[in-house]
Order: sequence, then C-alpha cells, then structure tokens
Amino acid sequence: MKRARLGPWIAVILGAIYFLVPLIATFEFSLRVRRNQYSFDAYANVLGDPHFQASFLYSTLIAFATIVVGVMLVVPTAYWVQLRLPKLRPVIEFITLLPLVVPAIVIVFGYLRIYNSSSWLPLTGSPASTNVLLVFGYVTLALPYLYRSVDTGLRTIDVRTLTEAAESLGARWPRILFTIIFPNVRVAIIGGAFLTFAIVIGEFTFAALLDRPAFGPYLQLVGANRAYEPAALSIIAFAITWACMGLIQIFGRDRRTGVAARP
Amino acid sequence: MTFLVLDGLQKIYGTHQVVQRFDLSVERGEFISFLGSSGCGKTTTLRMVAGFETPTVGTIRVDGRDVTQLAPNQRKVGMVFQSYALFPNMTVAQNVAFGLKVAGKSPAEIKTRVGEMLELIKLPKLADRYPYQMSGGQQQRVALARAIATKPQILLLDEPLSALDAKIRVSLRDDIRTLQRELGITTIYVTHDQEEALSMSDRIVVMSEGRMEQVGTPFEIYNRPATRFVASFVGHLNLLKATVVAPSEGRITVNGQAIRTAAALNGVPVGAPLTLALRPEAIRIGASETGNRLDGTISDVAFLGAIVRIRVQVGDNRLSLDTFNNPGSPPPARGEAVHLGFSPEDLHSVSDA
Repeated sequence: MKRARLGPWIAVILGAIYFLVPLIATFEFSLRVRRNQYSFDAYANVLGDPHFQASFLYSTLIAFATIVVGVMLVVPTAYWVQLRLPKLRPVIEFITLLPLVVPAIVIVFGYLRIYNSSSWLPLTGSPASTNVLLVFGYVTLALPYLYRSVDTGLRTIDVRTLTEAAESLGARWPRILFTIIFPNVRVAIIGGAFLTFAIVIGEFTFAALLDRPAFGPYLQLVGANRAYEPAALSIIAFAITWACMGLIQIFGRDRRTGVAARP
Repeated sequence: MTFLVLDGLQKIYGTHQVVQRFDLSVERGEFISFLGSSGCGKTTTLRMVAGFETPTVGTIRVDGRDVTQLAPNQRKVGMVFQSYALFPNMTVAQNVAFGLKVAGKSPAEIKTRVGEMLELIKLPKLADRYPYQMSGGQQQRVALARAIATKPQILLLDEPLSALDAKIRVSLRDDIRTLQRELGITTIYVTHDQEEALSMSDRIVVMSEGRMEQVGTPFEIYNRPATRFVASFVGHLNLLKATVVAPSEGRITVNGQAIRTAAALNGVPVGAPLTLALRPEAIRIGASETGNRLDGTISDVAFLGAIVRIRVQVGDNRLSLDTFNNPGSPPPARGEAVHLGFSPEDLHSVSDA
C-alpha cells in the first residue's frame, strides 16, 4: 500500500522542484540589487520606468482590441459552422491551427511584403494603420485558442434548437447572436479572452518587426541591458499570467453547472 | 372553416424521399396529431409548417395566405420542442417575454402578458427562476407559455412530453389539451405515443415511411383502421388468417371453424385467404348466443393488475384478449380449453398496404 502511494508523491515532488526551483532562484536573484541585503529595488526600477508603463499600457490596449476583433470574428463563425456547415468543421479547425504550424516570423515577413508602404494596401505606412495590422496579426495568433474555446462552449448548448426556438418567436440573426448565443458561451469567450491577453502581452516577433512600442520588445531590451531588472520582470510576467488564470477560474465558474451539481 | 392547408407536400433529401405527398386541411382551433414511429416523416412535416425545412414540392397556406417561402420568424407559429429549448441565460419571465420583446411590445404590456401566461401554466411564483432550477415538467410548461405568449396563429408541438416521466406526462397532456381548448389555437402535435394521440386529438394523421396511412378521429383510427399498419400500430390487435367461404354473406373459416363478418366481402373470390383484425377488448371468454365462436386453448396468462391479458391458440392463430381482474375468481390456467365469443361487427378486413 505504502509503496503504491510513494511513487506518485515522488513524481509530484520532482515536478514541483523542476518548476519551483528556477522560479524561486529568479525571485531571489531579483531581490539582490543591493549588496548583502534583500530589497525590491529592481521592482521599483521596473515599475517606475515610464517605458515599462507605456509599453504595458500599449500592449494591454492592443490585447483588448485583439479580443474584441477575435471574438466578433470567431463566435459568429463557430456558430454558423455548428448550425449550418458542420461538414466544414475540419476545414475551419485546420485553418485555425495554422498559426501553430507557421512560425510568427514567417507570418510577419508575409505581412511586410504584402502591406509595405509601396504596396496596394500600405498598412505599414503610418503608426495607426500598423497598429491595425498588429491587431489583425494577433487575432491570427490567438485563433487556435479562441476558436477551440468558443467551439467547445457552443457544443455544450443545443445551438440548433435554441436558434429555432428564437426564430419561431420572431427573432432575427443579430438578436439571436447577441441575446442568446453570446451570453450562453460567455464562459468560453472569457476563457479564450484571457489566453489571448496572455499571448499578446508577451508577444515579441510581430511587435519588434513591425516596430511597435509593445511590452515584448521592452522585455527584450531590458533583458539585454540590465542585470536584476529582467528577473523582476519575469516574476511580474508570471504574476500577470497567474492572475489571468485565476480570473479564468473565477469567471469560468458556470452558474448553471455550479448549482446543478448540488444533490 | 379551413385555416391551415398542406397541399401536396413532399420532402426529398438526395435520393431519399422523407415525406411523400402530404395533403391535409386543418380547421381553425383544431387539434391534429401526427402519429408514427421514428423516421416516418412526422417531424419533417411539422418542421416544414414551422419554416425550418422548405418543401421540395407543394405549398403551405395559413388563413388563405401562401407561407411556403416565408422564413420561420415571419410565420407567427409557436413551437414547443422535446428538449424544452428554454434560453439558459434567461429567467422564466425573460423567456416568456422574449417573443413579446421581439414583437416590440411596451414594457408594461410585456409585464401584464407574462403575468397572465405564468398564471395560465400555474407557475406564477417561479418568474425569477432559471431553467436549471426547475424540473422537466415545469420547464416544458414555461416553454409552452413562451410559445403562446405572442398569440401565434398555429401552435406546433414536437414530442413535447417524450423527455418526461410517466406521471407528469399524463398531467401535462391534460393541461395542454385544456389550454388549447380555452385559447382555441390551431395545434399540430407530433408524437410516437398512440395513447397521447388518441386522448388529445380532434383528428389523427397516422404516418409510416413518409406516407399518410390514415386521417381520422381517434375513434375512427382505433376502431376502423384503414391499413394493416394502422391496425398494428394503434392499440393491440389480433390478426386472423381466414379463408373466404361465401363472400356475399360474409362467411369465412378460421382453422376450419366457421364464423362470419358483419359486412359482405364483395369482390373477394371464394377460397381466397383474408386477413381480419380483431381488438383484444372485443373478445369474451364463453361463447355468445348470436355472435361468432372460436374454440381454442389458453397458451399464456399475464396478470397486469386491473387487467388480465390472456393468449389463446386457435390452430395457427394466436389471439390476445383482455379481461378485467375479478377478485372473486382467479384467472384461467394455461392449457385450459376455452370458447371465445365476439360480435361479427368487430371483425374488420384490413388491406396489406
């Protein structure tokens, strides 16, 4: 009996050491700005840096824009595929998986070729239109996560019957989408949105090559030029990711199943 | 007055004809059931009326107006689904109010109407509940209220009681019928349950393999089934293999025992085989003075409580009959020889179609 229990514990402990030791070491290192004394100076430096604030704010705004555009694109598509074009599902799934297969660097070079300032659609011509291009790029990157999350959410409700019920009551597409479909896949959308946020906040390749003042390039810059601050930034980035995961847990708790699970 | 007309409806998916030539005129306020086993085309026909399917051939007219090409949201039909299909993110009151909101009614009007509807389905205290907080029976009542809140021209019910347990099914069945009579709403009810169809409908359409087998009142369908399918699908039925002796007098033999039918068997040649239908409840144990008599041996006795179902072997025919339980005398035993009596009027010749 005891032996049987020992094995899993060893695995858990080894796993915990693998994940926690580098994290603890990084945290410990980030506190050593002053000699022979622990302090949060590195964090103060980072958080007080106007470039940190500006780039973080920029990336947050881009992330929100990405989430809005992504949700408006993905929810109606996934809904329509489920309702009317179920045979197309494998095709759509393949397309949404492409960003995992095609490296970001390839995508962004493609963008630069197609949308450069001497092309027929010069999106890189001004900062504002480059921001738009960046958002579109991030929507592509977030597609695998957002689409899967929304599609799974849609499968848990009877999309077809709910749509027909609404139609027989006189409703048209926009009302069905916004008052019935969106609220019922809310949890899935929020889950996908936080994943999107986490991806956009740390993204480097697109932002650097399109020359946008985002958080990713800032991380790289600090990492290349400072000693203790990159460690502090890593810990901050971890905290943001964990906060996102915590929020998914909180908002992801479905009221319906929460109550239904009670005896 | 004819209110709903289904004229030559057909539905074909690829090479598969799901509904074959469906013609039906429904009076205003009538309760019609489509009865049949799964895959017989009853739900497809209902969905064509709702607008979720477009007929391959044929037209649908409501109150004289051709609605065949209208979208579902323009047809003014109320629909109740087997799975309730309440909107999970809305309370009972919001669900019932949905159609009224779409129709652009004022908030005051919506509030009054929702209140009326909840009174009607006897759930006035559950206005703020969510669907997941209610039982299946309550959810289906709310779905019914939601469907009729907008005062639709036609109410369509697609196996609404199939997902509920037996007791609730019976009580909700009565409630639906009462409500339908009170409101006088033209209703089409799809079911595979003959008891539901018989107990609720003004008329029943029995369907099989996309065909209309018979249209008639529950009394007609049960007592005078037009085809062998209807006879076997609706109620229990004994099918007797007989040989014609004298067609004009209705005289026949079953395993060499002479009996007769009430109606003349015109057009059937002497000596031809014939299939006759006989309901279990039309047969008595003990020969009658004037009617038919068959002698047989009891092969099986099933005691079902109030009813005792007895199977009797008459040559190669096996007849089933029901008698009421009599506390004073135990049911007969297997192997006992019995005389069976029944009236010639209860024997019906059925076509093999």
